Amino acid sequence: MAPTSMAQALNAALRDAIAEDERVVVFGEDVGRLGGVFRVTDGLQASFGEDRCFDTPLAESGIAGFAVGMAMAGFRPVVEMQFDAFAFPAFEQVVSHIAKMRNRTRGAVGLPIVIRVPFAGGIGGVEHHCDSSEAYYAHTPGLKVVAPATAADAYSMLREAIDDPDPVVFLETKKLYWSKQDIELPTTTEPIGRATIRRPGRDATLIAYGPTVPLAVAAAEAAEEEGWDVQVVDARSLVPFDDETIAEAVRGTGRCVVLQEAPGFAGVAAEIAARVQERCFHSLAAPVLRVAGFDVPYPPPKLEHVHLPGVDRVLDALARLQWDDQPDAKWLDGVRSQEDAA
Amino acid sequence: MEWLPSSSPVRLLEQPDPDYALPEASRLLAAYRAMVIGRRFDAQATTLTKQGRLAVYPSSRGQEACQVGAALSIGADDWLFPTYRDSVSLVSRGIDPVEVLTLLRGDWHCGYDVPSARTAPQCTPLATQTLHAVGLAHGESRKGNDTVAMALLGDGATSEGDFHEALNFAAVFRAPVVFFVQNNGYAISAPLAKQSAAPSLAHKGIGYGVRSEQVDGNDAAAILSVLDSAVAHARAGNGPFLVEAHTYRMEPHTNADDAARYRSPEEVEHWQQRDPISLLERHLRAGGHLDDATAERIAGEAEEFAARVRTRMQEEPPVDPEDLFRHVYAEPTPQLVEQLAQLRTEQEAL
Ligand SMILES: Cc1ncc(C[n+]2csc(CCOP(=O)(O)OP(=O)(O)O)c2C)c(N)n1
Repeated sequence: MAPTSMAQALNAALRDAIAEDERVVVFGEDVGRLGGVFRVTDGLQASFGEDRCFDTPLAESGIAGFAVGMAMAGFRPVVEMQFDAFAFPAFEQVVSHIAKMRNRTRGAVGLPIVIRVPFAGGIGGVEHHCDSSEAYYAHTPGLKVVAPATAADAYSMLREAIDDPDPVVFLETKKLYWSKQDIELPTTTEPIGRATIRRPGRDATLIAYGPTVPLAVAAAEAAEEEGWDVQVVDARSLVPFDDETIAEAVRGTGRCVVLQEAPGFAGVAAEIAARVQERCFHSLAAPVLRVAGFDVPYPPPKLEHVHLPGVDRVLDALARLQWDDQPDAKWLDGVRSQEDAA
Repeated sequence: MEWLPSSSPVRLLEQPDPDYALPEASRLLAAYRAMVIGRRFDAQATTLTKQGRLAVYPSSRGQEACQVGAALSIGADDWLFPTYRDSVSLVSRGIDPVEVLTLLRGDWHCGYDVPSARTAPQCTPLATQTLHAVGLAHGESRKGNDTVAMALLGDGATSEGDFHEALNFAAVFRAPVVFFVQNNGYAISAPLAKQSAAPSLAHKGIGYGVRSEQVDGNDAAAILSVLDSAVAHARAGNGPFLVEAHTYRMEPHTNADDAARYRSPEEVEHWQQRDPISLLERHLRAGGHLDDATAERIAGEAEEFAARVRTRMQEEPPVDPEDLFRHVYAEPTPQLVEQLAQLRTEQEAL
């Protein structure tokens, strides 16, 4: 066992995939000599040559559209978008072509493309470097969307994404690139499409993915001091989504908060909350709550701590879940005061 | 300067050109036949819209030299990346005409088998297919194949960012792609002057390092000769090539468009005089390669072709609702499995 950062795990996954499958090609902006701005592709070009890992012209739509053609020619492109918001020029190619080619061709042409997107904030980046774009992708049928939160998942899920016959939007939480875990590589974790319990607990369930997983764990630990035994579920995979594991977890506690860093309105947490409500209504002792970023453009670095959900906001939500102790009016006050604060 | 296109569009039928040879008569006769059949197919498709059999049809009447030239200048193993306007090109490439019309009939988004036809689905978002062509061409050459990809696009599409990204990618990777711009004068209603201030669309290749040429799009001999050399250039590993054909669509943008709002009858009449089929027919007859009997035989073939399309389009093959869920992912997600069950219940209740 060795301490391995998420960036190192991703690098190892790419390295192993390139070595094992000659169809795998890695390309994007600055992925070659530099090894990517986050060094996820570090050394790949030196080890495998320019045929397997190469820089493209600086054009995101170009990168995505080029990947379509290379996949049609039998390759397995793994492309890097440098930052979340800079993937938007490629959005047309991603939603109109990458997501739909299998469907348009009645199954004859699948596009096994992995689109790696460093996403979410908390790194003090200037604007356009910290956006959360998961809802845009998750809303698009034909794409798989995953967000690993540990180094082991990062390795295993990236290997699986590269082997997947369908396109996968692979969301890499920027602030977790440097987080370490003692693991032995290669490693295999739960498959894409499965959620996992990160922490057991009887009183309430926190559902998180990507950047909010460590937050959920920290909040659960803090809640222990209040005498609450809080469970943490890492959804890991947004599309496909593991309704079963998550519904079963919530049924076990009867109380649920869904966390996301992205703005709350029409976000993935809203979808998860609705799905939980539909499946667990009779087991719920309180409404399913969401803790999310505010519905504002991603703020400048000095304000991001205000925007990003923190432990306190999660603890507040957990407190509001003690529904049976609270009359309705008090509950509504809670919602109002949160709106006032925003 | 080898990158510069010729100062005026290459023409061959009415005058010789020092750089381009007249294709052999047999090739021109084959093009003539394909153009006559293509035009008849195009007219039939337009009629089918009037009968409500097709939701919409973008006619390429007047662009037959381009449509047929594209199909005849690439081989069966090469790839074609067409747009909504290029149905005649697909028919000339030998794709079943009813399968070509599947998109417009509304049965599915693409009717032919893409891998075996080596033809991408007809593309509706403008210029996006040009990047696919570049990626595929690069991928095939990486595998050691001498496959060429031909991307078709219109004058309007040259304004889209993807076209520029594609030219740049193709040049940087020396991808064996031919970009074939059919400049038919208009993007729906917007004339070329509102689209581009460049001396020609072919000139757009220069800045990217892409060899370019402009050609008379109604001169089938010139189209074939220029496209042949563009394809040969790409196949030989010399990188991409851009060909701009100056042509005109005689019909509105689609059957739903009112072309009288943006162009004059005089303009249409001018282009009528340069009809690509008449130009070629005159040349073939003058050279003794086409007589009345052959022309009649070809016209008869075109009639039969249209009749077969007509008959087959009267059939309404059933669409299978479960197809909705079959082709979203290689394996349906649990969510889709649930929704399929819901659909089945709904269908059984009918
Ligand atoms: C990205 C995009 N924007 C707008 C449209 C709507 N649209 C369809 S055809 C067309 C004009 C295209 O003109 P041109 O490229 O010259 O091709 P032509 O139709 O003349 O063959 C437009 C604007 C589209 N299909 N895709």
